[in-house]
Amino acid sequence: MSEAAKKVTLPVTGMSCAACAARTEKNLNRAQGVTSASVNFATKQATIEYDADATGTSSLVEVIRRTGFDTAGVQRTVLRVSGSAVAQALKLPGVVSALQEGDALTVEHVGSTVQADGVLQGLRDAGLVAELLEEEQEEDWEAAARAAEYRDLLSRFLVAAALSVPVLLIAMLPHVLPDASIVHNLLELPAMGLVQLILTTPVMFYSGRSFFTSAWRSFTHRSADMNTLVALGTGAAYLYSTASVFFPEFVSPNTMHPPVYFEAAAVIIALVILGRMLEARARAQTGDAMRGLIGLQAKTARVVRDGAEIDVLIEQVVVGDTVVVRPGEKIPVDGEVLTGVSAVDEAMLTGESIPVTKVAGDEVFGATLNTTGAFTYRATKVGKDTALQQIVRLVQEAQGSKAPIQRLADVVSGVFVPVVLVIAIVTFAAWFVFAPEVSRVSEALVAAVSVLIIACPCALGLATPTAIMVGTGRAATMGILVKSAVSLEHAEKINAIVLDKTGTITKGKPELKEVRAFAGFDEGEVLLLVASAEQRSEHPVAAAIVAGAEERGVEIADVESFESLTGRGIVARVMGREVVVGNERLMQERGFTGAFSTPIFELAARGHTPMAVAIDGRAAGVVSVADTVKPGAQWAVAKLKDMGVDVAMVTGDNERTAEAVARQVGIGTVVAQVLPAEKVEVIKKLQSQGKTVAMVGDGINDAPALAQADVGIAIGTGTDIAMHASDVTLVRGDLEGVVTAINLSRATMRSIRQNLFFAFVYNVLGIPIAAGVLYPAFGVALSPVIASLAMALSSVSVVTNSLRLRTARIATR
Amino acid sequence: MDSAEAFVLVFSALAVAGVVWYFFLSEKPKAVAQAVGGVQTFRVRVHGGYDPATLVATVGTPVRIEFFRDETDSCSETVVFGDFGVSKRLQPHKTTVVEITPDKAGKFGFQCGMGMLHGSLIVKERGDE
Repeated sequence: MSEAAKKVTLPVTGMSCAACAARTEKNLNRAQGVTSASVNFATKQATIEYDADATGTSSLVEVIRRTGFDTAGVQRTVLRVSGSAVAQALKLPGVVSALQEGDALTVEHVGSTVQADGVLQGLRDAGLVAELLEEEQEEDWEAAARAAEYRDLLSRFLVAAALSVPVLLIAMLPHVLPDASIVHNLLELPAMGLVQLILTTPVMFYSGRSFFTSAWRSFTHRSADMNTLVALGTGAAYLYSTASVFFPEFVSPNTMHPPVYFEAAAVIIALVILGRMLEARARAQTGDAMRGLIGLQAKTARVVRDGAEIDVLIEQVVVGDTVVVRPGEKIPVDGEVLTGVSAVDEAMLTGESIPVTKVAGDEVFGATLNTTGAFTYRATKVGKDTALQQIVRLVQEAQGSKAPIQRLADVVSGVFVPVVLVIAIVTFAAWFVFAPEVSRVSEALVAAVSVLIIACPCALGLATPTAIMVGTGRAATMGILVKSAVSLEHAEKINAIVLDKTGTITKGKPELKEVRAFAGFDEGEVLLLVASAEQRSEHPVAAAIVAGAEERGVEIADVESFESLTGRGIVARVMGREVVVGNERLMQERGFTGAFSTPIFELAARGHTPMAVAIDGRAAGVVSVADTVKPGAQWAVAKLKDMGVDVAMVTGDNERTAEAVARQVGIGTVVAQVLPAEKVEVIKKLQSQGKTVAMVGDGINDAPALAQADVGIAIGTGTDIAMHASDVTLVRGDLEGVVTAINLSRATMRSIRQNLFFAFVYNVLGIPIAAGVLYPAFGVALSPVIASLAMALSSVSVVTNSLRLRTARIATR
Repeated sequence: MDSAEAFVLVFSALAVAGVVWYFFLSEKPKAVAQAVGGVQTFRVRVHGGYDPATLVATVGTPVRIEFFRDETDSCSETVVFGDFGVSKRLQPHKTTVVEITPDKAGKFGFQCGMGMLHGSLIVKERGDE
């Protein structure tokens, strides 16, 4: 192996079949610098030999991502280094990315390949001086940044407000005080212009500074934004007024004292900053739900290392660690219970408020709350791979995605500011031409400034994203993960819904339903013998019978002999008695005729799977199991119908069982005995009738149907595959979530429409009024101060309207 | 019409033309990627806008954009690449990296969370550059 030849093993996630592995392997082998690559589907690992001079882990990961998969367990480590270290870091096997700012180097690396200390050692081996640093948590910097912004806005506002008030009084009092009063005469003195100038200047250059600097920066980028409008509006008023103070004869040759508009400039700046403060505060709340979710994570974990329990930072927990959880503690990372029993409150992930019992072998999730018991578990997912982090990522992606409805607003806001500038120029020219000569400059200026100030591109920009943020965040807290804004828009329009039966409407797990004993036997006896006999069987029905018997307090006896007759049933000897359990055919073969037919027919008609029982050569009774309908399914179907949605059921199961379940929950349209591919056809058919169709299924075998539907809703614990194939994931496994999801999408889209309507109408009406279109007919013209008040309130109104979604009533059972 | 009115009208017409030309018609400055280790890299300063705001890259090769957010103004807090489903929060006075691999040519916009600041990623076919 030459110096540059390296080998790396990377975990690959998302591969659902051997073909995926083969495709990844092919792409890796084709990639530049790769000597050989093999991808093992069973271990979900890629082993790659490569030339470190030609490629690196980051490029290899990129190849994997481009193939449609990802690597897992990427961790982030921050180091302090001397000199430039990026190139060296990227050469280390397992390092996905490296970024240096000054002496701080942020490295993303695959945890299973190289840990933080490995990165540190690798850099030191390359001759660099390096040490590990701790990184700031995301919620910390966000909170700090917001607080800093707010403080800055507040101090700017206080200065602007304190100075604007006297300026405003000087400008306004002469209009209200009696002409001859002393104060009136005092305020009318020409020197008062100078006083206003002195008071307004700090407002312009301290409070309003950022408007001017930002406007200039935008201008150099050949773009324009709200700052441009505020800067131009206040700048024009200020410059004109200043000129009036120093060169009155030049500004207005016909009057001794041309008017000044310092109060407009000062008050506009004060109000716009106030508006920004309110908006910043409201906007911060739009992300509260997500910040709340991230904040749920435990900071430390108690793990067993070298036989001792120690507390470590959550970032230091690795896959395979044994984690100890005591009563009342938060579960730090995802894993599988090893020992102990407890009830865990998973409401933060699922929205379900009843704690879930966890025993050995059950999955537990990071950020959920242990209630009463203590247990240990093996960490299976850490860092970015935990369910919580996946949810956070999914929701953040959704919040960053664009709703088609936003397109018009985007087009408009892209050209908005330049168009307003044009309108302001035209307004100025029109007033200059049509106003009386003596006041034409000032009236033209006032109208143009009002146009600049009243126009509010922010309201347009905020309309959609704020509602999406609040809506998807609220959904996440209710256990509903919406993949993108597009999904949200489609979900609103759903008017037909196709439900998978098994695992969606029903629990997907058979349960013991009924035990009937014929004359000469009693139910307890039949159940005891059948359950005891079935304990040897591996059939899922057998497990249901055994579990059902235990639940009913039956003490199961030992089996003396056992024989399984494939496809027909079992024959066993229990407590010295011969027990035969099976279908009617088995009974006929054995010559047990009798009373089976009627109860079997009856139970089957109710959707049960009945089994005949013979004991000691006599027909003894019938037991039946059935997949039970989930609680809430009936409510959900009824609610969906109320909402005007057609509900249909598809299933691979037989017609009789399907009909029975459909009847129980109130579904009229049933398509039974279909293959997964045929489910797609059912959806296509509905779509061809012009319906917007949602498919609700539990993931893997429903993936094609979920993809075909306008909205694919995956139900259940959210396996990765289902989450990727679907538009909406219901973390909790019941159908109520479907109703909630549709209701939330409707509420969110309603908010967006209200916001957009308001923002458009506000601008479409506000700008012409400010320009003075009402003046010729009604004598109505807006002052710049009123315009700035309207502007400050408009964007706040939009955000506030979006925030209403946080508390909007969404129907739940 | 007096001479002042004539002057204002002519001046306004010129100003309107200037606005239209400057914001809509003139060519915006573009930045072409620096290739670093098979990755097309850009460094963008975020300060009341994206500088540079137009990035030119080639199809099929990973693109790495290092956003340096040089302000606390919350307007620029998030950068969104809607076409790629990428949304990143930018920490003030720090660099945040966005990585995408464009698989088709075209002009893809990116913007702040509220659609106020705009930039675009122009992806060209191989050999077009």
